[in-house]
Formats: sequence, structure tokens, C-alpha cells
Amino acid sequence: MSIIPDKPPFKILDILYKKEFILFIVLISILIINSNITPYFLDLYNLIDSTFLFSEKAIIALTMTFIIIARHIDLSVASIIAVSSCVLGYTTSLGYDTWMVLLLTLFSGALCGAFNGAIITKFAIPSIIVTIGTMSLFRGLAYSFLEDSYYNKFPKLVSNLGSGYLFGYIPYAFLTFILLAFVFAFILHKTSVGKKIYSIGNNPDAAQYTGIAVDRYTFVLFTLNGLFSAIAAIFLSGRLSSVRPNIAFGWELEIITMVVLGGVYIYGGSGTILGVVISIFILGMLSFGLGLLNIPGVGIIIFTGLLLILSIGFPSFVRTLRRKNE
Amino acid sequence: MKKFLLNRDFILFIIICIGLISVGFANPLFITPSSISDVLTDTSILIILALSQMIVILIRAIDLSVASNLALSGMLISLLSTVHPELPVYYFIALSCIIGTILGVLNGVSIAILKVPFIVTTLGTMSIYRGLIYFVSDGKQVYSSEFSEDFLALIHFKFLSLSFLFWLAVAVFIIFYILLNHTRFGRNLYSLGGNPDAAKYIGINENKYIILAYSISGLFAGLCGYLWVARYSVASTQIAIGFELTVISACVVGGISVMGGVGTVLGCLLGALLIGLIRNALPAVDISQFWQLAISGAIILLAIIINTKTEQRKEKTVMVQE
Repeated sequence: MSIIPDKPPFKILDILYKKEFILFIVLISILIINSNITPYFLDLYNLIDSTFLFSEKAIIALTMTFIIIARHIDLSVASIIAVSSCVLGYTTSLGYDTWMVLLLTLFSGALCGAFNGAIITKFAIPSIIVTIGTMSLFRGLAYSFLEDSYYNKFPKLVSNLGSGYLFGYIPYAFLTFILLAFVFAFILHKTSVGKKIYSIGNNPDAAQYTGIAVDRYTFVLFTLNGLFSAIAAIFLSGRLSSVRPNIAFGWELEIITMVVLGGVYIYGGSGTILGVVISIFILGMLSFGLGLLNIPGVGIIIFTGLLLILSIGFPSFVRTLRRKNE
Repeated sequence: MKKFLLNRDFILFIIICIGLISVGFANPLFITPSSISDVLTDTSILIILALSQMIVILIRAIDLSVASNLALSGMLISLLSTVHPELPVYYFIALSCIIGTILGVLNGVSIAILKVPFIVTTLGTMSIYRGLIYFVSDGKQVYSSEFSEDFLALIHFKFLSLSFLFWLAVAVFIIFYILLNHTRFGRNLYSLGGNPDAAKYIGINENKYIILAYSISGLFAGLCGYLWVARYSVASTQIAIGFELTVISACVVGGISVMGGVGTVLGCLLGALLIGLIRNALPAVDISQFWQLAISGAIILLAIIINTKTEQRKEKTVMVQE
């Protein structure tokens, strides 16, 4: 009788076939190309400052990874940022204490997320449709609340968080992202909670029958996503020091691109935090490099869209071709 | 008779009538014939786009790129018309439709051949097409004075005091009614959406239908590109931004199930009319334009919840009968 091993034996060559390895190679080549094209790229201060471009999105990308692995999607994150930023500005204008302001901002985000989660689980409606609805509902709330005015006064702490550095080097937003990335990688890959999220994504019905409270997990994940959008809103408002209702417009696409490019399967069940983190750096360094080359933001938008489609389309196209040859 | 009264489309029709009358009480100017004809003209583009989106939703997909497609086709023909104002207007309409169809086919190929999920594809092309407008136009606008008279004249043509746009929407409605109810193509769309596996077993080529559905959606988005630019006599990078959500909400309110395979052409038309009525009625009853987005979001959610509830009830009764 042969023994079936718990894990396949470790081989060096296997690493080469991993998605994370391919992503890593792409990242390295982008770094090399960028530093050859422009001399300003490999400047320590420039590189540190470039993290401001993606840290806020990256924080949401972590919870979005969980959501997509659990076979859901959340298109309303950017609109939740708008709502939370409005709450941030409004409570400041009322003269609340800084901690109260932060607490209420975080609460508003979590509440929006919980609203998504409640509708998705209570009525058993696909998350994509629900969040298409709440995407315009939340954004619309921000518009109807602010109309054509704006907030530009925030507590000192918020401005510091948004544009300040720890020890004068590490931006707070980037630091938060890195710490959270470790926490999330631990939860997803080393705990039973992570295993359950994978099994929900692989087969929600089977997960339900094995005794996983699928609805409760879904609800918590969406609430968490709302909470993290509020965290991003705090950093973003502090950095921009002005909030209009169109804040973070179109971010949902960029965040989903980060996750999907990182090798998370859009229909759930597979993907790693490491892959997502590498793809965040790829996109961040790419747009930073393109920016140094004076390529306008629109170019980056088109490029992101193409990258999103090709990163999924190309591998599956190759797979189909190979199957035909066999 | 009871069945007829409980019919979804009939209820929707009643809701529209009640809405029209109650807005009329608040502001009598709103229900004069000329005002109603304005509302119909204003809703025509939404009707056309909702009907073509319906075809995509029937096969369990969504096309989020319609508004960007519309804006890109509209911008391209506007730029051409500033360079060649002497060309006849039919030329521009045909060109707009062709551009739209090509953009639609690209969506379809990406979904059917490259197997990129529809949500990823259309989210991606939504920003690619929108981004391309900046590239071709350099971020500039084309103003009404730069269009030729011919280009704008067709849209002001009236028949029986109703606008060209309205009659076009009626024509599109009739085409879709025949297409979906009386052709093999239409019935196959319903069966693909209802049960894709079963549809494949009886020999329906899924990929072909996906590409066709997206090219139809693209074709009408292109057509509406001309209509939009000519009606508002301006082409900019921002036109119709976010309109895809209005289109989808019209379909959902009209009872087109996002689970595929369920929904009528008449329902879709009524859904679009209801959304159009609400959009036009808000200013008439003194509600700020800024509330519009929130209200349409709330309506989408409400409509989806009601749809799902009724569908789930039907499923239950089926099980009891067995």
C-alpha cells in the first residue's frame, strides 16, 4: 500500500511555475527598465514617496482579496470612501473630539459594508448586482449631502496620518498596509478561518453542508471591507486635505485589478496575499515610472484596463490552445 | 383576468400612471402634452440602450462598457464631422454604428474566446474606451458651433409632433419584440440564459451567442453615440459617464432577471420609461439634481430585492407541486 503524502514533495523547479514567481520576475524587470529609462527612479526619497500613490488602495485590496476568494465582489468600495470622507469632514466641522471623529468615520464605513452584507445574505442576491446598486446609492448619498461644496478642515492627526512619515522615512499609510498585509497573510494561510474562506469560494453549498456559517462569513467580510474603505478614506482625506463627493472615483476598478492581477481567481477559491502584494508593487511602480516619463494619467488607466484583461485572458487562451493540441 | 392584473408589466404600467398623475398634482405643467413629449424624447436613448442591454443580461452577463462605448463612438464621429462637415449625416450614423459594433465584438471575443469573465472584461473596456476618448480628442470638447447643420438637423425632425428620437425608440422596440419572441435567435437567448448546460446539449453554440449579444449591445451603443452627441450638440470626454448604471437599473426595474433567461421586451420598455419619468420628475417637484444618483441607487436595490423575492416564491411553489 502506498502512502499518499500530505503535501507533494518540495522541488526547486516547482517554484518556477508558481504565479507569484512570474509576478516577481515582472516586478524586477519593471524596476530594471524604469531605472534604466529615467535616472530619477532609483532615488530613495522618490521611491518612498511613490508609495503614497497606492497605499490607500492597497489597504482595501487586502480585504477585497478575501472577498474575491470567497466568490464575491464589492464594487461599492470607492463610494464607501466618499461616504466616510464626508462623515470625517462633517464631524470635524461639528467640532467633535479627534478620536470621536475617527471612530464615527470608521463606523460609517463598517455600516455601509454591513448594509451590503445584509442585503447579499438576507435576500440571496449576487454581490455584483447588490454592489452595483449600492455603488450609486452611497456615491449619491455623498453627492446629496455635499452638493457642490467641499470639506477642507480635518483634525491635525488625520493630516499627519495622510502625509506624515514615521521616523521621517516611512509613510504611515504604507506602514499600515505592510503590517495589515502580514496579519491578513497569517489569517488566510495559517488559520482555520482562512481555510474556511477558501472552501466557501470553492463550493459555497458544500461549505454550508460541512457546517461553515457561510452567510455569517459573507456578512463579516463585507463589513470588514467597508471598515477598511473607511481607513483608506482617513488616509486619503488627510493626504488630499480636501473632500469632494467625487473622491476616489473609479478606484473599485483599480483595486479589483490589483487583486486579480495578483493571481486571485475571479470566481473564487484560489489566490494568495503574497501574489496580491507583489501585483500592488507592480502596478504602483509601473504608474510611478510612467508618471516620471510624463505619460498622462489616462495612459495609465488604459494600461491598467488592458493589463487586467490580458492577465486573465492570456493564460486561459494558452490553456485552450494546449488542450486543442492534445 | 386575475392573472392579467397580477402581471408584472401591468403593475409597472399602473405605477407609471400613478407616478405621472401624482407629479401632475404637484406641478400641473408636467403633464401637458409638450412636456410629456419632452420626457419621451429624453427617455428614448435610455429605452434603446436598455433593450440592447437586455439581450446581454438574458444570457447571464452584463455590459458595463456601453456608456464608454457610446462616448467613444460619439467623439470619433464628432471629430470626423469637424474635419469633413460636407459628408451626409447617414454616413456618420453608419460609421458610429460600425465603431460601436467593433467595440462590442472586442468585448464578446474577450469573453467567449479568451474566457475572461464578463465582469472583468467590461470593467476593463469601460476604462479603456473612456481613456481612448482622451487620447483621440486630447481632452478637448467639440461644441455645437463646430458641427455641421446637417449633423444636428435629423434629431429635430418631428412627426405627429413627436420627435425623431421617440420614433426611433419605437422602431427599435418593435425590432427587439420580433427578435426575442419570434425568431430562433431570440428563443435561443432565453434558453441559454435559463439553463446554459441544457442549451449546450441541444446544440446551441454558446460562444457564438455571447459574441452576437455583445455586438448587438455595441451596435446600439454606437447608434446612441450619434444620437447623444447630436441631441446635446456637444461631445466631450465626460458624456454619458455613469449612464451604464441607469441602463442596468432600467432593465432590473423592468423585471429582467440578472440570473438570466427571464424578462419581457415590454417590461424592459416600461422599466426604462419609469426611470426616465423619475429622472425628469425630480426637478419638476423641486428635488435637487444631486439626489438623483442616490435615488436611482435605491430604486435599483429595491427592484432587485422585489424581483428576487418573487422569483424565489415561484421556485418554492414548483417544489410543492412536485
